[in-house]
This record gives sequence, structure tokens and C-alpha cells, in this order.
Amino acid sequence: MSDIIDKLAQCIERGKVNNQSPYPPDMKNQDGADELAKAAIETGFDPDDVLKACMLGMDRIGEKFSQNKAFVPELLMSAKAMTAAMEHLKPFFQSGQVKRKGIFIVGTIAGDLHDIGKNLVAMVAEGGGYEVIDLGTDVSAEKYLAAIAEHPGCIVGMSALLTTTMVNMEGAIKAIKEKYPNTPVLIGGAPVTQNYADKIGADGYSADPKGAVALLNKMAA
Amino acid sequence: MKILNAIQRGQVLVSDGAWGTFLHAKGLKPGECPELWNVTHPQAVLDIAKSYIAAGANMVETNSFGGSIFKLNHYGLGDRAFELNKAAAVLSRQAAGEEHFVLGSIGPTGVILMMGEVTEKEMYEAFTVQATALAQGGADAIVVETMTAIDEAVLAIKAAKENTDLEVICTFTFDPTVDGDYKTMMGVSPEEMAKAVLEAGADIIGTNCGNGMKRMVDIVKAIRSAAPHAPILVHANAGAPVIHDGATVFPETPQEMYELVPGLIDAGANIIGGCCGTSPEHIAAIQRAVNITLQ
Repeated sequence: MSDIIDKLAQCIERGKVNNQSPYPPDMKNQDGADELAKAAIETGFDPDDVLKACMLGMDRIGEKFSQNKAFVPELLMSAKAMTAAMEHLKPFFQSGQVKRKGIFIVGTIAGDLHDIGKNLVAMVAEGGGYEVIDLGTDVSAEKYLAAIAEHPGCIVGMSALLTTTMVNMEGAIKAIKEKYPNTPVLIGGAPVTQNYADKIGADGYSADPKGAVALLNKMAA
Repeated sequence: MKILNAIQRGQVLVSDGAWGTFLHAKGLKPGECPELWNVTHPQAVLDIAKSYIAAGANMVETNSFGGSIFKLNHYGLGDRAFELNKAAAVLSRQAAGEEHFVLGSIGPTGVILMMGEVTEKEMYEAFTVQATALAQGGADAIVVETMTAIDEAVLAIKAAKENTDLEVICTFTFDPTVDGDYKTMMGVSPEEMAKAVLEAGADIIGTNCGNGMKRMVDIVKAIRSAAPHAPILVHANAGAPVIHDGATVFPETPQEMYELVPGLIDAGANIIGGCCGTSPEHIAAIQRAVNITLQ
């Protein structure tokens, strides 16, 4: 990989957004993801390679997160850097020149207003090459159904932080499977387990964002 | 400094148990605002507070964990923050009488400072509303709890310290890492927490929620190593939740908690109570264990 693409991946892994950004301290006054992505495209790099650099950076930080070598703040900064780089890819997504792996619809389940976990998964999934449709929090079965109708072939993700709201996933999955039996549903959140996912008919569970992307890759393939 | 005085006399104090899971058992629906119950269902809230006092707790919290303007805004209730927090403290004071302490609960705002979603000033002001309302309702102390980020916790402590004359407690929630030590989801270790919150002015520090009493022993040891003299409070979950026949169950029994109390005191805990899934029975068991251990 070329120098500039390599540097871009590193900026995303480290959460270096742009030249002005003071974070991380050891990369002060250096170009960040924003400038590098712009420069890469201007100098004629394939936008696909720019996307791959984003994916590589997010994959590395996701791995560190899984290993407890990085925590929420680091992941958020990486996502911020990724978003800055992706901004330069927008025209290529719109023209269809760069294709994403699939559409991932995410939301926090009905009754639950917590969004940090759901947001982390959404960011890492975007960095994993997916177009993410974020339905927000307190998402009813009807809202999921409407979003699936709008985005055929999508994969659905549901999140819950509370044991009291986690149970609402079961009804939502049932409603989805009745109408769209082939739409995969992934679930996650602090109280959720693989056992629970199996029990309520979810197609997958992951304890962390990187695992969620691995499941997406399996299901989108 | 009433709670500190009791600790300095060598007492180990017992705090209360769960509020959120208890409210749901009393009929609070998912998606309903728990703090609104302070005015719509005051008797149910009062009953919870009373049940912990009856179980032998020396102190009871207030139903104001999600009472920040940011959290209440989700329900369109942000402008009622002062009223709902004050009502929470009034109810717990009524249950506690003058012989027991009331801890005014302040939980996380759910917004992350480093993402620039809010300014430090806005967050400080939100905590100030909550702390002053709890003080006016009759709280003896403020407990800033379930914290994971140092910047947010420090603002809450300062808001309480600078705008009320109450004792301030601050507890963080830690998870085990793959390396076997403990960190919050924001990457804060128990040692880093202890240093930062004491510097911010907290009178009592500690840990709450988590994965059961056993892990709390390790966490308390880590806090104690970094803060040899600070009083330590523990509010432990009754284990990590499991699902049985569609219902959520916190597996740790009162007896299991009872057996872990001596180890917790040994590690350095000065105040022991429960968090999610603990009931008055758990608190009564902790009270018995404390009495036996200190004899």
C-alpha cells in the first residue's frame, strides 16, 4: 500500500481527525484523516483504496477495543476521523463508483433510550464498509418494518441496555420474521447473551462492535 | 459531615438496594420516566424507601438517578428537573426520618463531553439544578453514581460541592478486562478514578452496579491501594442478569451476598449496599453480616 493510504489508515486507527485536531497529542500539527483522504483522491488514488484504508483503520481500533486495549473515547475519535475521510468519498458513493457491502439498519429497541452502544456498532459497521441507516432509540417493530421495506436486502441490528427493555426484542424479531423471513437480525447490548439471542430467534449476537461486523460480513456474503 | 463522622467512629454503614428494578416490579413500564413517579406515584416510591429502612439500612437513596435535564428531556420533562428531584428527596426523607441518611442520587447524563455534544458549562449547570433540588428536598449527601468518565464525574462533584453544603459521594462502574483488571467503558481504572474524584472534592468514593459482590472485593482493593484513607462505598448488583422464562433474574441470593460481606469489609469498604436486582432481603442479609463481622 502506498504511503498516503497507509498514513490514512493510521490516522483513523489513532483518531487523528484533521490537522487542527489536538488529539492524539503525539500527532499534533500533522495532517489528519480529512487532509489525507482529500489529497489521496486529488492525486488520483482509486476511491476504493481510500475506503479500504478507512476499513483497515477501523478494523484495527475495533480489534483493540475487543482486547480492552482501547475504550469508548478512542473508538469515538477513530469514528470521527473515519467520518471526516468518508466525507470525501460521498460523491463516489452517490455515483455508484464505490459500492458498499450492504445496508445495516440499526436502532435501540422500544422503551430504551440508551444509544452509546448502538452508536459504536453503527460507527464500526460504517467503517467496515456498510451503509448504516440509524433509526435512533425507542424503535418500535413498525419502524423496523418500514425501514426494511424501504431498503430491501438489508440486515437489521437491535440494541438494548436494560434488562427490562431487552425483552421487547423478541416481539420485534417475531414481527420482522413474519413479514421478512430472509432478513437477518443481529442483537447486542450489555444484558444480551448468545443464549438469549438463540432463544428469541435472532440470527446473531456479538459482545462487541468488531464481532458485529464479522457477523455482517458473514451474512452479506 | 454526618456520614463521615459515623465512619470515623469505626462503623460500617449499610446502604439501600435497587431502585430501578424495584420500580419495574411495582409497575413502572419500560419507556416510562421513573422520576415522574415521584409526583404521579409517590406512595410506591415512598414504599420502596421505607422497605429499605425497615430492612436495616442506615441510609436510603432518592428516586432521581435519571433526573438530569438531559435524561428528562427524552420524556419532554427537562423543564421539571428541579421539581422531580426535590420530590424524590422529600419522599426519601419522609421514609428515613431523622435517624437515617438520605443520599440524593445523580446518575450519568448519557451525553459524552469529548464528543462535543454539550459544553462543560451546560453539564455543570444541569448537575447544579439536580444537586440543589435534592438538597432542598432534604438530602444529607449527594451520590454521583454509575459514572464511567472522569470529566463528567468531576463536574457533578464540583456542582454539588460548590452549590450545596452536603457530603458528596462518587462511585464508578467498572467491568473486568481480558487482562483480569478493571476499567470503566471509558477506560478509567479504579486507581485513576480514586485520584481524580478525591482531587475534585468527593468525601466518599467507591463503586456501584457491576457484576456481583465477588468482583467488588477486587475493585475495592484497587481503590483502597490508591486511596489509603478515603471512605469507600459499594453498591453491588445481585450478580449479572440472566433470563429465565422471559423474566430477568439477578442470580445472587441474599445468602451469597451475606457471605461476601466480611471480605468486602476486609478489602476496605465502609458503606455497603446493593444495586440492580437487590431487594430488602439482600439489604437485611448485608446488615446481619456487617453486625457479625464487626462484633
